[in-house]
Amino acid sequence: MSLKGRDVISIRDLSRSEILEVLNAARHLIPVAEGKKRLETLDGRLLALAFFEPSTRTRLSFETAMQRMGGKVITIADPTVSSVAKGETLSDTVRMLSCYADALVLRHPYEGASRLAAQLSDKPVVNAGDGAGQHPTQTLLDLATMLERFGTLSGLRVVLMGDLRYGRTVHSLAHALGVFGAELVLASPPSLRLPEEVHRDLDQMGAKVREEEHLDRAVKDADVLYVTRIQKERFGDLAEYARVSASYRFDPALLQKVKSTFIVMHPLPRVAEIPPEVDRTPHAAYFRQAFLAVPVRMALLSLILEGRTGARG
Amino acid sequence: MPGASSQPSGKELRITPIRNGTVIDHIPSGLALEVLKVLKVENLDRDSEVSVALHVRSQRMGWKDIVKVENMELSPQKSNAIALIAPTATISIIRDYKVREKHPVSLPDRLVGVLKCPNPNCITNHGEPVESEFEVVRRRPLAVRCAYCERSMEEFLPHLAR
Ligand SMILES: Nc1ncnc2c1ncn2[C@@H]1O[C@H](COP(=O)(O)OP(=O)(O)OP(=O)(O)O)[C@@H](O)[C@H]1O
Ligand SMILES: [Mg+2]
Ligand SMILES: [Zn+2]
Repeated sequence: MSLKGRDVISIRDLSRSEILEVLNAARHLIPVAEGKKRLETLDGRLLALAFFEPSTRTRLSFETAMQRMGGKVITIADPTVSSVAKGETLSDTVRMLSCYADALVLRHPYEGASRLAAQLSDKPVVNAGDGAGQHPTQTLLDLATMLERFGTLSGLRVVLMGDLRYGRTVHSLAHALGVFGAELVLASPPSLRLPEEVHRDLDQMGAKVREEEHLDRAVKDADVLYVTRIQKERFGDLAEYARVSASYRFDPALLQKVKSTFIVMHPLPRVAEIPPEVDRTPHAAYFRQAFLAVPVRMALLSLILEGRTGARG
Repeated sequence: MPGASSQPSGKELRITPIRNGTVIDHIPSGLALEVLKVLKVENLDRDSEVSVALHVRSQRMGWKDIVKVENMELSPQKSNAIALIAPTATISIIRDYKVREKHPVSLPDRLVGVLKCPNPNCITNHGEPVESEFEVVRRRPLAVRCAYCERSMEEFLPHLAR
């Protein structure tokens, strides 16, 4: 099935081969994302970005992706001054935007908002994060980063560290890694463990998963360390937050023990989870990860809007 | 034995037989009042009789409850809600004192407008013109997932859309 005209709301909406199609297309678009080559595949196309929650990074990368492919964007970036502030429902806003633009990218504070938008819009909808819900393009760019480094996803040993309970992007990532046969090592404080339902999902596909509370043991034979932020809001007790977040900070000394190909990833922005000393080592992959957001979104948008990217390969 | 059919389930008919209506039998003991809430019996026409048998002996299940409602047929929504909270229930349609149809409740793969999503951050709880929708992700034990926020749940009684 072609991706043309498709909604991408959850990573589950994409099959394994569709995910690979996007990742492969993204690889060929890297020179375009770097500005070294030009493409006009999306010339004449208009993308609506509806951001009902601030997320400068994600919004800019979608805008960049669209413009690098020759397309144009219209944006709701500040819902406080738009019709939303006047009490318009999301449903009405979406119906309006879908008459204006050729596709819609939505960021919204409520979970399931994009699924609803997709039902109402006759143009494709891409979920750019709904509350604590899904964020499939983040998962795609996470996978792209690992694939670029290792050439494969299957058999990779990936440590997921930090808040595995509330961070839903980590749930989508865990699911996708399971689909591709990666091995998961879970390193989280007891109160922030991966929810039972995600475990069940992983069990069902026969994914290899193990818990490892101690980070030094977890990273020893790992290929990837994926660090997530531990958010203050998750703790009633600030002292408890301080204790937990301090113990889930990546200690650069651990780099003495890792494989030479080992990489550290982070969805950014980081706070104190990864000290800046790591940035200068070959293990830091988070800036590359941030860059890959652009070609991945270029690939996805052109496959959805045109069914092709126009790049060779 | 011809006499047997003229007096159906004699042991259970301690309450007056109804001419037309619906019998919900084999409700897990203790849940009849929840079934009544689903049926919204308070909205029935005033001449209809509603009878409830609580904690009745049953060969199949030890103890059970029964609800009988005159002049009412179940909507698919209500029938689905009963299937969620009382999965063992059987539904009999009575016409002219006779059991015309009898079938166990069954749960479709999708439940529309039956449950309210327990996730306060789910878009279905924020004034959008949309009905709740859940898909069954596992049957035994039953688990459903919100089609919007993708949150799973395995407990239904507190979350029926009333
Ligand atoms: N006219 C009636 N008025 C009220 N309830 C009735 C009437 N006829 C049957 N019922 C009830 O409807 C249900 C189904 O009737 P049926 O005669 O099939 O019961 P049964 O032989 O006990 O079968 P089951 O195996 O379902 O228990 C029973 O609960 C019975 O008491
Ligand atoms: Mg009986
Ligand atoms: Zn929901």
